[in-house]
Amino acid sequence: MAYDKFTTLTSSAVPMPIENVDTDQIIPARFLKATERTGFGDNLFRDWRYNKDESPKPDFVLNNPIYQGKILVGGKNFGSGSSREHAAWALYDYGFRCVVSSFFADIFKNNAINVGLLPVTVSAEFLDKIFKAIEQDPDAQLEVSLPNQTITILATGEQESFVISDYKKHNLLNGYDDIDYLRAMKEEIGAFAEQSMY
Amino acid sequence: MSKQTLFDKVWDAHVVRHIDEGPDVLFIDRHFIHEVTSPVAFNGLESRGAEVLFPQRTFATADHNTPTINQHLPVEDPLSANQLQALANNTTRHGISFWGLGHAKNGIVHIIGPENGITQPGMTIVCGDSHTSTHGAFGAIAFGIGTSEVEMVLATQCIMQPKPKKMRITINGKLGKGVLSKDAVLYIISQISASGATGYFVEYAGEVFEDMSMEARMTVCNMSIEMGARGGMIAPDEKTFAYLKGRDQSPKDEAWDKAVAYWKTLKTDADAKFDLEYTFDADDIEPQITYGTNPGMGAGISRPIPTAEQAKGGATTYAKSLDYMGFAEEDSMLGKPIDFVFLGSCTNGRIEDFRAFASIVKGRRKADNVTAWLVPGSHVVESQIKEEGLLDVLTEAGFELRQPGCSACLAMNDDKVPAGKYAVSTSNRNFEGRQGPGARTLLASPFVAAAAAVTGVVTDPRQFL
Ligand code: SF4
Repeated sequence: MAYDKFTTLTSSAVPMPIENVDTDQIIPARFLKATERTGFGDNLFRDWRYNKDESPKPDFVLNNPIYQGKILVGGKNFGSGSSREHAAWALYDYGFRCVVSSFFADIFKNNAINVGLLPVTVSAEFLDKIFKAIEQDPDAQLEVSLPNQTITILATGEQESFVISDYKKHNLLNGYDDIDYLRAMKEEIGAFAEQSMY
Repeated sequence: MSKQTLFDKVWDAHVVRHIDEGPDVLFIDRHFIHEVTSPVAFNGLESRGAEVLFPQRTFATADHNTPTINQHLPVEDPLSANQLQALANNTTRHGISFWGLGHAKNGIVHIIGPENGITQPGMTIVCGDSHTSTHGAFGAIAFGIGTSEVEMVLATQCIMQPKPKKMRITINGKLGKGVLSKDAVLYIISQISASGATGYFVEYAGEVFEDMSMEARMTVCNMSIEMGARGGMIAPDEKTFAYLKGRDQSPKDEAWDKAVAYWKTLKTDADAKFDLEYTFDADDIEPQITYGTNPGMGAGISRPIPTAEQAKGGATTYAKSLDYMGFAEEDSMLGKPIDFVFLGSCTNGRIEDFRAFASIVKGRRKADNVTAWLVPGSHVVESQIKEEGLLDVLTEAGFELRQPGCSACLAMNDDKVPAGKYAVSTSNRNFEGRQGPGARTLLASPFVAAAAAVTGVVTDPRQFL
């Protein structure tokens, strides 16, 4: 699935200082029935975002117009639970291009990169600094540079580097996915299958 | 080569290409698909103009959103019906084996794989469902993947993964009376937390796992994901071979002997190193139950709910969790009234689970305030229940048997626990809303579920054994 190339993103951020945000909250199971990949953004955080009668819950951050931006800043262990990739699509479809946390669940992290959503892992201290910066100014700008592998709080200049494999970085910078890469290996894979005992 | 773990041996045998500073390209022996995570993958394949590379290595079933009553009737929910139809069309078009609703071999994906000998030691197995880790019970590397990866495996029979770190969890001793494999795994998760194994692939070792039946091992490996691990595995042994011998897709004759000879080499070398090791003692494990909204929030059934300080995981999570559950710190779990009981799922939907449940309800009556959903994991399990006379035991005690599927494990069909109600569930996740919006889930073993079903409150099953 094609996604936008990722180079450097400068944006305000939406703060969600909650730990263990699991993928059932990001996109509840009842919304997994689609056979298309679009439209998931509408149901992002559905049960936290809306009351039963579909009215928005005013105290949920996505319903608070003072917080906007393409970066979601979450608490520790973001994306735990079910492997549903829909969670990453929902975030991407809603308009997020980057999620920042001090710790991501493994599968979520993989899924996110694969759909063009950059997960940035920062230290717990830096995460606190980001939350503080947003608390002081809801419009505080963050700069996420994939080429430099850095995240910067522009108001204070505080910066941290993050880790991403060269391979994933290359893909994100070019808007490629893994399948493009593997399809070019067809013969090598065929030869491997030939000698398999299973 | 010496000094290899079981995991290393299987992984290394499947690396097609190693990308420097990148992931390994891993060949996948078996791929399971179901109606929920595959339609978009097939769409993607089509929009790339790609074909399924090895259709005979993929197996499809319908389980996640299927009803558990009246399966002979058309599926009412239009979205579910649409996904099921898409799977039928896609498998036909690409020549993939499909055991749909009503098929004699239909059932939950992680139950039918082992049942039919599709799952074998030393394999790499993936599926777009995180509980693919179940198949690790056979000494296979098995893990859940996202929909893009489903498309990837369909198109290339490979996936790209960095090699995870390795953890070994050893439990020594013998499990006590009334303590099942579910309790062992819930205990581990309560000790190391719901993220304690993130980034690792786990091997379970020691007397407790060696003593377990294959079905019990599947329950343990199933919940590896609940401690954050990519997967979990157990070295194959004589029990594994005995379980597989003669199954539909198991190797036959000479191929069988050859396979067994290879499978016997699949164990961790004595001097191999793990990145992290935990050791527990079976004596410390009693029947478990969860009180919170992640699987790590569990404890021995006779113990009070831990205080915020004792509980592992953040304090905010803890308070939010207990509030959602309607429980308070240091409450006793015993005696808490419950409304629903769910026996089923790929964690505890096999015949041994129904035997355990039946052994407690036999000669007793279902409590009037309890709605019970007993959902076999497959038609094969359903037939076994009937053949062994368990159905009579269940019916006499006031229970009904439903038809196979994932059911209330993720509540994508009509089996939803209403908001605010308590369900003792043998499934694997107690997240907010997992079993229906507002539902409150207490994860437990089939014994604990049965004891609750006949008393209507959380009850220590040991008094019935
Ligand atoms: S029973 Fe639950 S965990 Fe198992 S495959 Fe079905 S939905 Fe997934």
